[in-house]
Amino acid sequence: MAFERTPQETYYESIIRQGYSRRDFMKFATYIAAYMGLETSMIGQVAKSLETTFRIPVIWEHYQECTCCSESFIRSDHPIVSDIILDKISLDYTLTLMAASGHQAEAAKHATMEKYKGEYILCVEGSVPLGDDGNYCCIAGRSAKELLLEAAEGAKAIIAWGSCASNGCVQAAYPNPTEATPIHKIIKDKPIIKVPGCPPIGEVMAGIIVHLITFDRLPELDNLGRPKAFYAKRVHDSCYRRPYYDAGLFAETFDDANAKEGYCLYKVGCRGPMTYNSCGTIKWNNGVSFPIQSGHGCIGCSEEDFWDNGPFYERLTGLAGFGIESSADTIGKVAAGALAGGLAAHAIAANISKRKQLKESIKLGKENEKRFES
Amino acid sequence: MASKNYKRVYVWELPVRFFHWINVLSITVLAVTGFIIADPPALMSSREASETYLFGTVRFIHFAAAYVFFFNMILRVYWSFVGNRFSHWKSFLPFSRKMRRNILHVLKVDILLRNDKVEDVRNISVGHNSVAALSYLALFAVGLVQVFTGFGLYSGSSEWWLPQLFAWVVPLFGGDFMVRTIHHVATWVFILFTLVHVYLVFYHDWLEGRGEVSSMFGGYKFVCEERIHKEDIVELQPDKEKETPAKTAS
Repeated sequence: MAFERTPQETYYESIIRQGYSRRDFMKFATYIAAYMGLETSMIGQVAKSLETTFRIPVIWEHYQECTCCSESFIRSDHPIVSDIILDKISLDYTLTLMAASGHQAEAAKHATMEKYKGEYILCVEGSVPLGDDGNYCCIAGRSAKELLLEAAEGAKAIIAWGSCASNGCVQAAYPNPTEATPIHKIIKDKPIIKVPGCPPIGEVMAGIIVHLITFDRLPELDNLGRPKAFYAKRVHDSCYRRPYYDAGLFAETFDDANAKEGYCLYKVGCRGPMTYNSCGTIKWNNGVSFPIQSGHGCIGCSEEDFWDNGPFYERLTGLAGFGIESSADTIGKVAAGALAGGLAAHAIAANISKRKQLKESIKLGKENEKRFES
Repeated sequence: MASKNYKRVYVWELPVRFFHWINVLSITVLAVTGFIIADPPALMSSREASETYLFGTVRFIHFAAAYVFFFNMILRVYWSFVGNRFSHWKSFLPFSRKMRRNILHVLKVDILLRNDKVEDVRNISVGHNSVAALSYLALFAVGLVQVFTGFGLYSGSSEWWLPQLFAWVVPLFGGDFMVRTIHHVATWVFILFTLVHVYLVFYHDWLEGRGEVSSMFGGYKFVCEERIHKEDIVELQPDKEKETPAKTAS
């Protein structure tokens, strides 16, 4: 399938050929520009780029993952998103969605890698297991690490889709038996865009691809390598329940009156204050809702090691090395109690040990009191 | 046997005392509001959320107190270069042999409660004893941890360059989770320190009777008369001051 499509077709041409009108196209350009956080004056540039840019070849690799990133992607709410990405941006290779399989698929991938060396975008979904020579994840008889190194070799840039590729996600949770490793720890010499989330929001994924097409460069990234347009704010800062937080009104349990009132879920473990994502603004499933709106606290799925920072339904996390149930406060209280006991013992011991010195100074003090004249 | 004659010695200068009490106040406020932020009390209110800003106010107090704590800390660092010998930065670092010996002495007499066979008044420190000085140094380090993690967490909510200076702290630890945990755990160090610190101040006051507690209010401690002219205290500032003008003149 990848061979049949001409690479010399622009995005616009293929969108029109697909049966969309120019009006649909302009709507899409406006919509995606808004998601990307661009000013309205930039819509023209987005549209023009899509009209004039030839498709970017994309190789989409799947390693240790659950395909939720792909699922999220194809459910992105504007139809052109799925069309443009899946059909038109041209996934030259993606296990899950391509028609070809087996040797054909591998041949298609290698053809793209050779023909577009240094030009194609490598999208990676899933982490790479390094334990036991990488045997925990093999495709076409080769280990994920081998495949990644090969595919990354000629890539222009790498997009690490989802928490697996960005920070390891659940398979990298303690004790990480397969040594699941995120992409940026293996590939050091290529620009990597991290798009964490389990899965990331479909519109965020589309926005990043369109950004690459429109401006022919990576979107602005933060210190952790995530696009600032989508990961600059905490979920908490765009949460519609924020006024309850500021007022100090919290749900104490999931079945109390406060939860029914829609109060802040901070005390039942919401990770919104520690999680950087766009859930509060872009939302999910065509902007219908997002976890907090549906009454469940954020679990921080786009944050590193979120599985190890549990339990999800408690505000205070356990401290590693002190057992599951011991929070910093329990340990602190025990330490303070023990210390107070120790100090009391010290005080008693001091009065015994220094009794001579004390006796003398007390005696002298009392003598002086007697001699006191005026 | 007559009781000792004491002389009044100015130990803690006004800026040092101000630092101490501002520090006490800001740490207390920070710890209390910090624990409220970590685990807010259950409020029952029939008022609309838009009418109240209680938790927001608690957070505001926490952030404001953090700035007070931070600038107070910086002023104290400044004073450790211009203040008297008892507040000088050198008095915190056990560089001299005398200070190292003092550490052993304090551990022996005040912590393990052994008694000296022959009492020597010079073993009693006028300013910080060397162990206490080390504990303040350690607390300063924990204070820095709080400044870095605190401003790191805060940097996301502020455009000002000062908190932005610490924005790199969050990526360093991979995200807010770990930074928040460190910030929370370090609070307990302040609490444990305070327990020991206050106890030991009372301990010294009770045992030595030379105004340990009141010195942090008035600035004066009482020192045996026989010590005043002896050169048992390392001269720090006066020597320097004598040298500098001579150098500039030449």
